[in-house]
Amino acid sequence: MKKIIHFRVKPRIKEWIIETLIRSSAVIVIVSLILIFLFVGKETLPIFFSSEIKQEVNLNRLFLPQARQNEKFVWQPISTVPKYSIIPLIIGTLKTTIIALLFALPLAIGAAIFTSEFAPTWLRELIKPAIELLAGVPSVVLGFFGLIVLATWLQNIFSWTFRLNAITAGIALGLAILPVVYTVTEDALSAVPNSYREGSLALGANVWQTAWGVVLPAALPGIFAACVLGFGRAFGETMIVLMASGNAAITSLKFTDSVRTLSATIATELAEVVVGSAHYYTLFFIGTFLFVFTFINNILGQWFVQRLRKRLHGET
Amino acid sequence: MADKIVVKNLFVYYGKFQALKEINLTFTDRKITALIGPSGCGKSTLLRTLNRMNDLIKGVKVEGEVYLDGENIYLNNTNLVELRKKVGMVFQRPNPFPLTVFDNLVYGLRVRGTNNNRLLKEIVEKSLNNVWLWDELKDKLKKPALSLSLEQQQRLCLARLLAVEPEVILMDEPCSALDPIATGKIEELMFELKKEYTVVIVTHNMQQAARVSDFSGFLLLGDLIEFGETGKIFTAPKDERTQDYITGRFG
Ligand SMILES: Nc1ncnc2c1ncn2[C@@H]1O[C@H](COP(=O)(O)OP(=O)(O)O)[C@@H](O)[C@H]1O
Ligand SMILES: [Mg+2]
Repeated sequence: MKKIIHFRVKPRIKEWIIETLIRSSAVIVIVSLILIFLFVGKETLPIFFSSEIKQEVNLNRLFLPQARQNEKFVWQPISTVPKYSIIPLIIGTLKTTIIALLFALPLAIGAAIFTSEFAPTWLRELIKPAIELLAGVPSVVLGFFGLIVLATWLQNIFSWTFRLNAITAGIALGLAILPVVYTVTEDALSAVPNSYREGSLALGANVWQTAWGVVLPAALPGIFAACVLGFGRAFGETMIVLMASGNAAITSLKFTDSVRTLSATIATELAEVVVGSAHYYTLFFIGTFLFVFTFINNILGQWFVQRLRKRLHGET
Repeated sequence: MADKIVVKNLFVYYGKFQALKEINLTFTDRKITALIGPSGCGKSTLLRTLNRMNDLIKGVKVEGEVYLDGENIYLNNTNLVELRKKVGMVFQRPNPFPLTVFDNLVYGLRVRGTNNNRLLKEIVEKSLNNVWLWDELKDKLKKPALSLSLEQQQRLCLARLLAVEPEVILMDEPCSALDPIATGKIEELMFELKKEYTVVIVTHNMQQAARVSDFSGFLLLGDLIEFGETGKIFTAPKDERTQDYITGRFG
């Protein structure tokens, strides 16, 4: 009798422990996310509510053009008259992100299509780990590469006015997001059932038509998710843009100008800022902005992926 | 009665494993030929040699000849696209593409460069009519094909194939995912099809083979044990093993 009870109870306890562990880790993740948001968000409150801080920095100054000649959008937090427009930083971030995506998405998706649809097994076994290895390269190394090697190459070819600019930084940044886009896309393509490929080939399509006409549409939700992930990563990535962008907050739409991104601004300035100053709160505002933006990006991305999936597969 | 496909001395290997041994048989034009036999005897393998779908599997070796209208399809310069245009296939599990009903139906045509929208629409209507789906689906052409019922999906796959006007239709257990009523519909459809097409069907359902086919071939462990008119095979098989199988004594 005793033995039987012993046998029955043990797995239940084990199950219970495992279940509780899994559940609590999920809770911990969510709670810490909320705490991070609250902590960072709390430090932005003076911008909205403290009359003293509001005189120096407020939403109007952060986002809207200011009535100064040629200086409508300026980020100069430590001049005699501090200027806190984050528009140049947003533009800088968008410029590097766009370049990174333009560089990385075609390469990563192309490589993923090649490995999953066309490459012989031995080549696939070579390319996959190689790209995944790239994911393990610390971003400071990529930044270094961008700063020293890439910038010199590009400079020799194009003779730009600014050696470090949005394009240099964007390409280095592209290297950083390439592996994640590749991996997620490759997974999405490999998950496409072979019966689709066979069906297409049996209808007389060749492998190219099959890849383009059936496999890609079938994997589209996954590929889109990969792009969203890549965008989020590029938007918030810091070290690479800090090193390879020239780090100058210029309001310009030219991609060959130096740029400074939101994330790099926090990284450079937070260490030396006076706690409790308008500048300090503004940096936290930028952090919150990044957080919220990335969050919304992911939510919208997921929503869109669901919709796409539904449209393709008719799931309800 | 014309010979549509003639298989001569066909051997198929998966690596070292011999899946088909010295197969000789003929598929007659505008007749339904059933391939029967227990699981793993090589029915699908034989079927897939007829449109060279086996070429896709690694390590497959095919020896012997398969003649379609007198031309060997196992030559080095055989145009696989042309071959598969003539010899189409319906799979065991319905495999509509994750596209709309319309895009599924015109897939084979678009692949061949037909882009005239009016023509495509005409063909869509015609091929859906051929599988008795037009009334059910005419308002759902923009719906995802995967939202249809399994049986509709299978008929859609057939319609998708008919749209490219093949000459031979290969069916690998086309009803195994369907319920009896849906199966009945597909079988009824086969009678219509054989007016215009040569049909080869793999099935492990004896009754189905007896009901629909004109000729039957019984395979066992890669050997074609017996081949002939379905009536004869099912009433007076020459081989004892065929007898055992169709009376359900093994397999
Ligand atoms: N891709 C493959 N690789 C290796 N062996 C295979 C493969 N496909 C089928 N076989 C083997 O070939 C034999 C015949 O298979 P198949 O033609 O699918 O049989 P059936 O359709 O009659 O059930 C089986 O023994 C099966 O294990
Ligand atoms: Mg089979």
